[in-house]
Amino acid sequence: MEPDFYTLQGFMTHVKGVIYVLMAGGLVGIPLFWKFLAGRDEKKRTY
Amino acid sequence: MAGEHPTGQRGLFTPFNVVAGIILLAGGVLTVMRFTGGLAAVTALDDNNPWGLWIGFDLLCGVALAAGGYVTSAGAYIFGLKRFHAAVRPAILTAFLGYALVVLALHYDVGRPWRLPYPIFVSPGPTSLLFEVGLCVFLYLTVLFIEVTPAAFEWLKLTRLRALVVKLTLVLTIFGVVLSTLHQSSLGALFLIAPGKLHPLWYSGYLPVFFFVSSIFAGMSMVIFEGTLAHKYLHHKMDEAHKAGTLNVVLSFGKAAAFVMAGYFYIKIIGLAADDNWHYLATGWGLWYLLELFGFVAFPAFLYALGVREKNVRTIRVASLFAVLGVVLNRLNVSVIAFNWHLPLSQWYVPSIYEVGTSVFIVTLGIVAYKFAATHMPILHGHPDFEYEH
Amino acid sequence: MGISRRKFLGWMGAAAGAAAASMKPKAAAAAAAKSFPGHPDSLGVLHDTTRCIGCRKCEAACNEVNNLPKPEAPFDDLSVLERRRRTHAGSYTVVNKFSVPGKKDPVFVKRQCNHCLEPACASACFVQAFKKSEKGPVVYNEKVCVGCRYCMVACPFYVPAYEYDKALTPRVTKCTMCAPRIAEGKLPGCVAACPKEALTFGPRKKLLEYARARIAKHPDRYVGHIYGEREMGGTSWLYLSGVDFGHIGMDTGIGDLPAAAYTAGPLAAVPLVVGLWPVLLTGIWAISKRKEKRASDELSAALAANTAAHEQKKREELSALRQKLSKEKEAAVERAVKQALEEAEKEREQAAAEAGKEGGRQHEPAARQGGAEKGEAEQADKEN
Ligand code: SF4
Ligand code: SF4
Ligand code: SF4
Repeated sequence: MEPDFYTLQGFMTHVKGVIYVLMAGGLVGIPLFWKFLAGRDEKKRTY
Repeated sequence: MAGEHPTGQRGLFTPFNVVAGIILLAGGVLTVMRFTGGLAAVTALDDNNPWGLWIGFDLLCGVALAAGGYVTSAGAYIFGLKRFHAAVRPAILTAFLGYALVVLALHYDVGRPWRLPYPIFVSPGPTSLLFEVGLCVFLYLTVLFIEVTPAAFEWLKLTRLRALVVKLTLVLTIFGVVLSTLHQSSLGALFLIAPGKLHPLWYSGYLPVFFFVSSIFAGMSMVIFEGTLAHKYLHHKMDEAHKAGTLNVVLSFGKAAAFVMAGYFYIKIIGLAADDNWHYLATGWGLWYLLELFGFVAFPAFLYALGVREKNVRTIRVASLFAVLGVVLNRLNVSVIAFNWHLPLSQWYVPSIYEVGTSVFIVTLGIVAYKFAATHMPILHGHPDFEYEH
Repeated sequence: MGISRRKFLGWMGAAAGAAAASMKPKAAAAAAAKSFPGHPDSLGVLHDTTRCIGCRKCEAACNEVNNLPKPEAPFDDLSVLERRRRTHAGSYTVVNKFSVPGKKDPVFVKRQCNHCLEPACASACFVQAFKKSEKGPVVYNEKVCVGCRYCMVACPFYVPAYEYDKALTPRVTKCTMCAPRIAEGKLPGCVAACPKEALTFGPRKKLLEYARARIAKHPDRYVGHIYGEREMGGTSWLYLSGVDFGHIGMDTGIGDLPAAAYTAGPLAAVPLVVGLWPVLLTGIWAISKRKEKRASDELSAALAANTAAHEQKKREELSALRQKLSKEKEAAVERAVKQALEEAEKEREQAAAEAGKEGGRQHEPAARQGGAEKGEAEQADKEN
């Protein structure tokens, strides 16, 4: 079978590229999930 | 200098302004030289030593010493240390100016500065640690910019915009810590790609951790040190809350810095053991290394401890100076002094007078900008119309 | 706050699906093959230093085919060999002379880019200006280069050079392995020019076999090592030598790991920090916030309790005071009445004795005294 990547450099370029996109997703997603998670707490506390 | 007037004719020719003016003028000349004659006209760089003072000092030291921004805001807003609040604004402002100047300095150093956005927008190279540094510095500069705007909004009386940014404080702070962790450590990791070029005493797989941990106490020490200067020259701009807060901050940061330095000292020793580098300690390089480690890490840590125990602000301030110098020495060792250590002496890099001049010019720009902001905006004092509610 | 739960879950699903779709084929293959064989038919050059005579013909040819500027000393001036030289902006290759202890003839070595299989320069470049092409050459794209010179820091062989004297359009320069000529089916300039066949061009695999065969045939002539076979992950440019490579200016301590292996650790840590730092920091924030809240709750509770107790005490004190005051008042009134009565009695006695001349005047001060006492009591009430 032909490998997708002949060089480590090519493999890393691909993998790190995907990871950078996922990181952007994480940076947005994780805070949003926190908002969802803690959303009720804050609403109850309407003094 | 202390009794100078912010406005009016007499204030224009103070010794500070005259010296700063001369340096800025010289900087202008150097700028013209750089952008007409190329790097060859102003630097001592060559093909073996592609990075010199502008990277070693302006970039590496600049970024490390601007770490006060993320350290202070993390302390105040994440760790809930209320007494740091008075220190947050000046620290964020210094960080913002620091990073802005780092980016400015890069414009002198790189060949085609208008292509600096290329790594992010045109042709990203994700395998490069420099890409990571570039991306983080770009994002962090944006974060810092947003974080300083409240002071400017207060000055310009834009209440609603200010309220919006203040709401984002926590998210911005966390974002800032993430980005700082990444690029502070990656600046060290930059040199991992050249194992054969950096002296083994400084080359270590832990280099990114060393850089990150040292950035923490670098930032704290810089906040203390800068507070000393501001206290001396901008005393009249401080309100009581700020003055009272500073004392607190000096003591707490001195204590924290001392302890972080102890941890740093420990991992540096582990680094020696991990690569079995003990035998290098008996060489000339080893002495230089020990000077850095004992003279500029262990010694200031001890001074800090003395100052904290005796509640002696003066001792702490002296310690902060040594700690700052130690971080500068470390960054220069890694990037310039111990880099290419095996090349014959004749091929060593020694910065040209123009390179030094350009660095001095850029630092001066920073001081002038800080002074302007601190005299005009509510940095060292609260704004009468706005309460600090956070 | 701003988004509804349904929307949020919708995004999650979309993101997960997209990630899975894009990763499926490649990730599976990569997991199956973690070793990277290099491009199969990539080309290279074998430099047999035992054949090189230091004539600098390769330098001249390189200068010509790449249209480089005229050199300071002409290429037939062999005195430059006395100095150790490296590649510069105007020269992609240089030949150096080494006198080796215990050998009477000097050894000549040609230097140029080694066209690494896993180039450090490419790994370091933050705009991917360097690429390892399938054919073998590591090629440079000046259209994206920013001129940061990190590639020069990274290259373990000190190859890339920089046009320091160009103010606005400096490039990084290095040997191209004559990629344009190879594409036309020609030999690299230097290889074609070499009069002693010290340079051999061909597929790297063949060159390795060829080199091994040469070593096997003349074991006395060569050291048993092909420099570049594995150094820094292997290079397309290979070297044979009759003496230890350390004696002819080659770095023998650089190891076999490709440059990317040294940076892999910190690069791998990046996404972890991005994902876990916010989790950790938000946690710390939430804890300190809760502590703060509890502290302030406790404070207000304590305050409230304190106030209640205080008020109770005050109330008691007040009523005690009131009682005392009213008692005093009573006593005073009684006293006043008594006095008045006594005085009245006296008056009466006097009147009886003196036949009632001054009776009305003595009554007044007694009444006034009683009034003053009442005022004082009122004031005390108000203060409390
Ligand atoms: S020798 Fe240097 S410049 Fe050439 S490919 Fe290797 S790392 Fe890049
Ligand atoms: S100088 Fe150019 S080629 Fe070299 S690393 Fe920087 S951008 Fe890439
Ligand atoms: S391959 Fe081409 S560019 Fe490289 S040294 Fe030979 S002639 Fe010069």
